[in-house]
Amino acid sequence: MCLAIPGQIAEIVDETNRLAQVEVAGVRRTINVALLESDRSIVRGDWVLIHVGFAISRIDEEEAHATRLLLEEMGAEYEQELEELKASVIE
Amino acid sequence: MKFVDEFRDAELGRALAAEILAAVEPGHHYKFMEVCGGHTHSIYKYGVDDLLPENVELVHGPGCPVCVIPMGRVDDGIAIAHEPGVIFTCFGDMMRVPGSNGSLLEAKAAGADIRMVYSPLDALRIAKANPDREVVFFAIGFETTAPSTALTLKRARAEGVRNFSCMCNHVTIVPPLRALLDSPDLRLDGFIGPGHVSTVVGARPFEFIPADYGRPVVIAGFEPLDILHAIRMILAQLDEGRCEVQNQYKRVVPWQGNLRALEVMAEVFELRPHFEWRGLGFISQSGLKLSDAYAELDAELRFAVPGVRVADPKACQCGEVLKGVIKPWECKVFGTACTPERPIGTCMVSSEGACAAYYNFGRFAREKEAV
Ligand code: SF4
Repeated sequence: MCLAIPGQIAEIVDETNRLAQVEVAGVRRTINVALLESDRSIVRGDWVLIHVGFAISRIDEEEAHATRLLLEEMGAEYEQELEELKASVIE
Repeated sequence: MKFVDEFRDAELGRALAAEILAAVEPGHHYKFMEVCGGHTHSIYKYGVDDLLPENVELVHGPGCPVCVIPMGRVDDGIAIAHEPGVIFTCFGDMMRVPGSNGSLLEAKAAGADIRMVYSPLDALRIAKANPDREVVFFAIGFETTAPSTALTLKRARAEGVRNFSCMCNHVTIVPPLRALLDSPDLRLDGFIGPGHVSTVVGARPFEFIPADYGRPVVIAGFEPLDILHAIRMILAQLDEGRCEVQNQYKRVVPWQGNLRALEVMAEVFELRPHFEWRGLGFISQSGLKLSDAYAELDAELRFAVPGVRVADPKACQCGEVLKGVIKPWECKVFGTACTPERPIGTCMVSSEGACAAYYNFGRFAREKEAV
């Protein structure tokens, strides 16, 4: 649960609860983006760091790729985090 | 310097290592604490410490949220999990953390309905799908994670989900740092500040470290180059007689933190007068509980929680490791009685824990070879 993994926002799926579909390592999952919306709304195409189902920071694309590489090199822990993310069904 | 070739920019890594070497005073032994478990992990994985001069030592701080959960809290969680009708949910990392009478994983094997979740929102979904059961979320983590729990609780309350509650074990980053700075066993020259926690709290909460204790803080990213760069920045401060909080991780951490996240936390949580940390004992105002407005969602009020205090096992030296007094491999049970498969202490459970990081990257073997 300590990892923060990069993902790209695909679409907002629940306006009220601020839930968005995000693309992470080839899978699409739903996350909450409300924590990042104090100054401007999250929109399709934004890159974010995801932690326990919540976007916790906005990043640029370059940072997203660099972070992904770093995580991929971690091996097992990143795999496990992705497995847990895949099992997650946020509604 | 065999690991430096694995860096994204090996040349920059070498250059930084050379600058660090040039910046240290030969007669002085430097101790820098990396607060965050993510840093500990990178340091061992990439052998960052091998690139440092002999007189620069990295001390692993208390920033792994799994490692600091005391046994009594695990026992309390297990007691709730065994209550009839309860579905107990927690992050996967918590499952193997030993309590005084086994872990949540063992409680699950013994018949308790304990489910691993990725997000507190998964726990809330389980509650909505099982209206005839009581669903409890065992919340852990620093300020990185606490806002997520807070938003989940806000939603549960707004939607009137009555069968959902939270056993809150969230902790805050500043009090343990102050406790470490006050501890006589430890003399630190500077801090590598935590990356993700700072995205929420910002840089300001660390200003007491230079102001009250005269030690530099550099908030750093997780790449090995980030860590080297942060060490270089701390040394520059020491060299120039400056002492301040700097942000090396600007690309992710805003100086003011995440105001929205801080606001939600302030609404949903309040500070506990004391909270126990594994190995560090009780630290005042270091833990969070649900605020009065959210008391109805507090699992500790909904269920009878034993609340007993259990001393850490005798063999366990996690406290010394968390305080950086000893290196993981100096613990008597490291790698023998205590392994990631059968942990005695929490530092061996999570991959962010100092002992597990040492163990997983074969550091034990290397240290032994060196002896
Ligand atoms: S080896 Fe095990 S008991 Fe010893 S400090 Fe590490 S985690 Fe704790």
